Amino acid sequence: MNARRAAGVLLALLAAAAGLLALAVSVGSQGLEPVWTLLASPPNEGQAALAAQIVWEIRLPRALGAWAAGALLGVAGAVAQGLFRNPLADPFLLGSAAGASLAVALALVALGGSAGMLGGAGAPGWSVLSSSLWVRLGLTGAAFVGALAAVLLTLALARGVQHTLRLLLAGVVVGVVLGAGTQAVLLLAPDALQAMQAFLLGSTAFVGWPSAGLMLAAAALCTAAATLLARALDALALGEATAASLGMPLATLRLALVAVLALATASAVAQTGLIAFVGLAAPHLVRALVPTTHGWLMALAAAMGGALLLAADTLARGWLAPQELPVGVLTAVLGGGYLLWLMHRGRLRGQGA
Amino acid sequence: MRGDVVNPSHPVALAAQGVSVRLGRHPVLHGVTAALPRGRWTCLVGPNGAGKSTLLKALAGLLPLHGGRVELLGRALQDWPRRARARTVAWLGQAEPGGDDLTAWDVAMLGRLPHQPWLAAASAADRAAVEQALRQTQAWDWRARPLAQLSGGQRQRVLLARLLAVQAPILLMDEPLAHLDPPHQADWLALVRALTRQGQTVVTVLHELNMALHADELLILDAGRVRHQGPADDPATHRALERVFEQRVAVQALDVETTVAGDVGARWVVVPKVPVGAEGGCAAGAARAHPGAFISKEVCHAHRTWNR
Repeated sequence: MNARRAAGVLLALLAAAAGLLALAVSVGSQGLEPVWTLLASPPNEGQAALAAQIVWEIRLPRALGAWAAGALLGVAGAVAQGLFRNPLADPFLLGSAAGASLAVALALVALGGSAGMLGGAGAPGWSVLSSSLWVRLGLTGAAFVGALAAVLLTLALARGVQHTLRLLLAGVVVGVVLGAGTQAVLLLAPDALQAMQAFLLGSTAFVGWPSAGLMLAAAALCTAAATLLARALDALALGEATAASLGMPLATLRLALVAVLALATASAVAQTGLIAFVGLAAPHLVRALVPTTHGWLMALAAAMGGALLLAADTLARGWLAPQELPVGVLTAVLGGGYLLWLMHRGRLRGQGA
Repeated sequence: MRGDVVNPSHPVALAAQGVSVRLGRHPVLHGVTAALPRGRWTCLVGPNGAGKSTLLKALAGLLPLHGGRVELLGRALQDWPRRARARTVAWLGQAEPGGDDLTAWDVAMLGRLPHQPWLAAASAADRAAVEQALRQTQAWDWRARPLAQLSGGQRQRVLLARLLAVQAPILLMDEPLAHLDPPHQADWLALVRALTRQGQTVVTVLHELNMALHADELLILDAGRVRHQGPADDPATHRALERVFEQRVAVQALDVETTVAGDVGARWVVVPKVPVGAEGGCAAGAARAHPGAFISKEVCHAHRTWNR
């Protein structure tokens, strides 16, 4: 019924993302510098080439990657909240975050990880990227495998997807156990601790074209798949028995939804670490703007998550340039602050948030 | 009705044959056998915990059976294709939360899921069915409002519209009158009468016995077993009802027929009986007159009047 309004909000969010993208490629270690002046009026040839390289090879993929990671987390959050019928559900609920963390910690130790490998928050991203591409790929792969393995472990503990509550509890158990494992690894290898910090806070500093392309493709795939499954989530909103009485093949649908959730979360976590709060907040912000069916919610939550993370990332780079804030800190402040303001105005009432 | 109904004129809509159900390890139904006639309104009644809702769910095929089988129009329930079954039996649960972001229209449209191909947009027939259902429950006016913004009674009427939108020949409703005010309860009675007149089968669980006595048939359950099945106006049914409630209610004939919604007359009233001693002023006189018995409020009141 709210289709027209939902379409308007989606357009507005995509326009906001385009504007933020222009802003993001203008912000660098020198602070804000409009991208057209940077590219159009170079003092000399060498600087022109350098400026073009910085914009096209570093800032643009990073900005697109930040948007795609936010979109992945947003759609994963919307799927998780619908699947578990819980407004507090977030993308990391099935243990994917804990699994990715443990795998990255193990990889860091195995590679003889040092503090510089993942870069401090203030390190200029491009030098780290160019010097340790293979390390990055290794860590990304490890994070992806760890996240998927943790989700599979959760599914095994829950004995499939028949019972939502069992799935939820198994996810919590896996999260706690693997989290303890990560702590133990870091305790035994304190050298990895600082590198680990960047992963735990989340950072888009290492996103190049391959990562950005991968995340954009995953975001498109996951959003499309989640939209196809949205009717099941609408039916599930009225209760599992009602959904079953309407002829929904619940077990199959739940498995497909868990697969979308796992793929979206693992793709984002593997490239950018654990960026908190975007997945939890994006669907809520969308619902506050326009209450809608899950069919619209998926695309809207993706667009909202993308815009949120891109804004946070731009701010994180531009605010204290040439220093950088960890983007996860900013997402928590931005998203959390707005959510609190919404709650204060009473617009989240009735949604249990 | 659609072609996937095996034998639409089968005299029995739903049949339970020795149905046993356990919830966890706790046995809830012990070999329930009952046949629910087609085109009639059967009401499941019994004390709290008798297994009424569980039996309704089992009849809808929503619970794994520990034993026995359920037949839908003469064919075992598990032999029905999932979507064909969903088009034939519609089920409404007991005041379930959720769906707060969906508008009344969206919720009613979910009732069309068994009719729609997976990704198809709503057809004209779907929209017509949804509009009719929302109008039948007087929920049409707030079709654009999200469920979160509706009162309990308004929400219940939207959920009823969701059930009606399925346009199933057999409708199962668990406590459909929850949160409804008396005028809308009367409207609901008229609606059920109209449905059964059209040949649709209605099965309800109602804890309010005065409403249950409006049904065509009562299926009386106690402790997971069928105690009695019979017409709602049969004295034998009334006595069975009084028995499962341990003689703490009395079914009495009304002197004057009350007329609800034009064509539905209430001829019986269920009167709760207050245990002797529970109501101070009454106890002394009544207990002398009826030693060791439960007495109805009327008797109690009479004694109190005499004692003055």
